Amino acid sequence: MVIQKTTLYVLLTAALFMAASFSLGLGAVKIPVTDVLLILAKKLGMFTNSVVSMQHEGVLNIVRLPRVALGILVGAALGISGAAVQGIFRNPLAEPGLIGISAGASLMAVIVIVLEMALFASLSNLLGYYLLAFGAFAGAGIAAVLVYQISRTDGKSNVATMLLAGIAINALAGALTGLITYMADDQQLRNITFWMLGSLGGATWETVLAIAPFVLIPVFVLPYMGKALNAFALGETQANQLGLRINRIKRNVVILSTMAVGAAVAVSGIIGFVGLLVPHTVRLLIGVDNKYVLPASALMGALMLTLADMLCRTIIAPIELPIGVITALLGTPLFLYILIKDKKKLTL
Amino acid sequence: MLIAENISYETGNRMLVRDVSFSIRPGEMLVVLGANGAGKSTLLRMLSGERKPSKGSLTLHHKEVSHYSAPELALKRAVLNQQNVVNMAFLTHEIVMMGRYPHYQNDPSLKDREICEEVMKLTGTTHLSERSYLSLSGGEQQRVQLSRILVQIWDVPNALLLMDEPVAGLDLQYQQQTLAIAKALSKKGFMVISILHDINLAAQYADRILMLKNGRKWYDGTASEVLSTKNIYEVFEIDSDVFTNPKTLKPFFIPKNSTVNLSSIS
Repeated sequence: MVIQKTTLYVLLTAALFMAASFSLGLGAVKIPVTDVLLILAKKLGMFTNSVVSMQHEGVLNIVRLPRVALGILVGAALGISGAAVQGIFRNPLAEPGLIGISAGASLMAVIVIVLEMALFASLSNLLGYYLLAFGAFAGAGIAAVLVYQISRTDGKSNVATMLLAGIAINALAGALTGLITYMADDQQLRNITFWMLGSLGGATWETVLAIAPFVLIPVFVLPYMGKALNAFALGETQANQLGLRINRIKRNVVILSTMAVGAAVAVSGIIGFVGLLVPHTVRLLIGVDNKYVLPASALMGALMLTLADMLCRTIIAPIELPIGVITALLGTPLFLYILIKDKKKLTL
Repeated sequence: MLIAENISYETGNRMLVRDVSFSIRPGEMLVVLGANGAGKSTLLRMLSGERKPSKGSLTLHHKEVSHYSAPELALKRAVLNQQNVVNMAFLTHEIVMMGRYPHYQNDPSLKDREICEEVMKLTGTTHLSERSYLSLSGGEQQRVQLSRILVQIWDVPNALLLMDEPVAGLDLQYQQQTLAIAKALSKKGFMVISILHDINLAAQYADRILMLKNGRKWYDGTASEVLSTKNIYEVFEIDSDVFTNPKTLKPFFIPKNSTVNLSSIS
């Protein structure tokens, strides 16, 4: 343990608030941080008679706030479900992607992109967007249920089988995605690529409100499973001997993680490595007790995505880099570093 | 009181345990002996509630073990498993506290903490408290797991303590200490059932010995009653001499050299 748990909570919350305020000011229209804070305060009913530019207020309300809010939600979702999935698999290298959630979402998204263009060329953009989000969410759910059912024998699900089933579903979904991509035309290909690399560009208040419950329920419920996930670290048999109903716990963790990741992927595409890296970093700082790792991973994930989004909007402005590229570019070296440093301790 | 009546366990047409009957009352320490594949671990898994007997009746405190829910069983029995693999870097005291999980909802009480401290003192793991479990040696990990098991039933009257080869991987001092703790707990009213491989340790600590062969109960009695050259040959297929320890009057076993034919190597 490097720092105290409460210290980390306070630091993360403060850093998240600062990063968000800063990020809100950045973009084509620059807004000073003081104005950002003033506008936020006004929204909360404070300093109502202070003067701020109408343009700034508009940009902030319509463009920046939903985007930053979406980044926080998506980051929290990826961070906390990463921690939960690693707990259930008793493996610090597990990730929601490993049990097919992301691959299932991608497959359905690609199908929607190609079919929508082919069948409903007349549909409005917004409807198409919702269709895409719904498709991805359904894909995530179907993949998770499939993997979970395959891994069940005699009413018990086996984690090793679950991993192998996840690999199989990943391969199958990947192959089908490839097949459909191969048949796509140029415009569809562009959409597919854009979606696969991940982006928060589609943020509106509607998308924020649409995914909020799917993210917030897991974020507030999963921390209560911290004790159970700790016991899982001893082994499933041992956890059962300690009185845990292990099948119920596994099912609930899979459902809650799929909810969070499915919703996140649905609106932002594939944003890799957050689910893997965030819990890892948290454990390095405060130890491995899931009671604290779960909420801290939500906070850390939100912070990481807010920062990554800030970077991808500003590095080569006005062009926007895909956020998935940024998280992978920054995340992979860090991950490799952890891997090399700890490889003696890892047992798979 | 734990009573097994004609319990069998069958899987894939193989009978791993066949018609075993025995009982144990609070205050007793029972040791299960037998060769590899004799059905010792399967028997223990049935006693712990992990496996349901395919046939027969198994009752703990007059209720079928399979009728207890997992949380109920956790408050009545603890199991020290043969294999314990942990991949996350939990601190030693966090692992031990997991034994108290069945006893508290969100935060451990003062009593939970006191029990952990007391048990860690007993097992000689207090100085490892702040170390990562992954950094401990095999024997130290084993003692930490023992501590976790003990805190689980420390304050439970007539608790059932099941141990599958608890001394494997421990040095001589801790082999003696682990079994001495188990024995002392049985005298406090626990029911202790342990699988052992060392016949002399069994003779030294067991109130009763259950010898298994091919899934069946072969002999059941005190060390003096069941540990004879003939019985040991039947169950383990080794020649041995059995003497009486002049100080404790318990049987004392010495294996005879066995010959191995390596003629094909020449």
